[in-house]
Amino acid sequence: MSGLDELYQSIILDHNRRPRNYGEPAVCTHRASGRNPLCGDEVTVWMNVEDEVITEVKFVGQGCAISKASSSLMTEAMLGKSRTDALAMFDRVHELLTGTLDPMAERKTLGQIAALGGVSRFPIRVKCASLGWHAFRNALLHPEPVPCTT
Amino acid sequence: MTFLAPRSDFPLLADTPTLHYLDSAATAQKPRVVLDALQQFYERDNANPHRGAYELSARATERYHDARATIATFIGATDADCTLFVRGTTEAMNLIAYGWGDAHIGAGDAIVVTAMDHHASFVTFQQLAKRTGAEFRIAELTDDGRIDMTSLRSMLDSRVKLISFPHVSNALGTINPVTEIVALAHAVGAVVVCDGAQAVPHLAVDVEALGVDFYAFSGHKVGGPMGIGVLWGRRALLESMSPWQFGGDMIEIVGDQVTTFNTLPHRFEAGTPNAADAVGLAVACDYLTALGMDRVRAHEVELTALLLDGLQLLDGIRIFGPMHAQERSGVVSFAFEDVHAHDLATILDEHGVCVRAGHHCAQPLMRRLGVPATARASVWVHTTPDDLHALMTALQHAKSLFADVALR
Repeated sequence: MSGLDELYQSIILDHNRRPRNYGEPAVCTHRASGRNPLCGDEVTVWMNVEDEVITEVKFVGQGCAISKASSSLMTEAMLGKSRTDALAMFDRVHELLTGTLDPMAERKTLGQIAALGGVSRFPIRVKCASLGWHAFRNALLHPEPVPCTT
Repeated sequence: MTFLAPRSDFPLLADTPTLHYLDSAATAQKPRVVLDALQQFYERDNANPHRGAYELSARATERYHDARATIATFIGATDADCTLFVRGTTEAMNLIAYGWGDAHIGAGDAIVVTAMDHHASFVTFQQLAKRTGAEFRIAELTDDGRIDMTSLRSMLDSRVKLISFPHVSNALGTINPVTEIVALAHAVGAVVVCDGAQAVPHLAVDVEALGVDFYAFSGHKVGGPMGIGVLWGRRALLESMSPWQFGGDMIEIVGDQVTTFNTLPHRFEAGTPNAADAVGLAVACDYLTALGMDRVRAHEVELTALLLDGLQLLDGIRIFGPMHAQERSGVVSFAFEDVHAHDLATILDEHGVCVRAGHHCAQPLMRRLGVPATARASVWVHTTPDDLHALMTALQHAKSLFADVALR
């Protein structure tokens, strides 16, 4: 696969076109926004955490295909995880995006997330791919005041 | 006229034959003569200007002085002492805000900018308004990316003390009707600040004929070094202003409690001047003069027309700014419905095509265009139809890459 084909795998393009868990939930326990002032990308992540388990993750964002698809993949990966497992997943994705985790070798444990492995060859796009994940982590560890409790 | 300056004039381009550099609006590639001049200054003429009483320092002073004269002539300024060296357009705008604005603008006054002002002027004057309590007014744009003159006229009244607008828009390419705006502004007694960053590299500029009060540009977009730029101002205005930075070189007599300041241009150039880069910028101006600014413009009009024609053939494209090459500079911003500008830039990069993707330091404009970001291709003296062809091929590839997903 060429670098571009690896970056824009069909999973990425599909999640860009049809982002999963997209939209603001009616109720949530945690929320955080992330923004990349240099390129203008932004994302907000909402979730519901019950008994230390993530029972819902949703996002809304504006940005490139990589940032949108990565956020979408994030919501699917984090749903149902415990806080501890979710934070461990965050660390693994960070390694994947920065090229210290081999997506081929870890394909089984990573699942669809492995599709983000192509990003590591494009250092300037790492921040696009990590935006949603950072917002997720911030929502979990340093949640912003939650407005959506109607 | 589709070929003007040979690629071999630019060492970076000569060394990377497969590179299609279409981001001159962000920064220009440097002609070899400019790089040689920098090297030569440091190898033969380097000393601190205005300081040493020895021949080498006198020579450095003379080179710095001559550079100012060359650059002043290049922009049509007969009074070279009113041509101040600054770091770039951004610093020039800040000099105006702190040096003139703080003393002359107060509560009850108004400042007018346009929705196409670059952050360099937009934010600087927005903050000046905030500091002084002045009203901050934004002239809106027409659908085809020009300053809406009706909107502008409606904002000009006797409260307006300062108006800022770009000579050429960095995101839309629009060439603005400077003399018309100057006449309207002067009729209400406003000082006119014109951002020339996107004009000086591409058009023959005559600051005196334009009638503006301040005119700024950045050297690095003209082919000069980064870190040097120019603010030209009317002598009476500059002489009425207090210095905004203090230190060496800008003083006359320093008493224990009181200091008097040097004459123009030195009172606005505190500290050791950036002499080498000034010399480099002067050589860049000479380089363009040798090409001929009329020929530069003709070359760019031709390429811009090719660029606009090519882009219009692509499905789902939105092109911003005037659609006639004669009414704009060689900066063309565009966006696709289905491919984000950053994805475009990455795909284009793999084809060796460099374009800018983002908000172009013009977030107020992006909001009005209703897009988060655009891709922007820009041409200059070395650009060829081949560069544009490479852009079109890469754009087709991007389109097909993103279109495929529907079929998979």
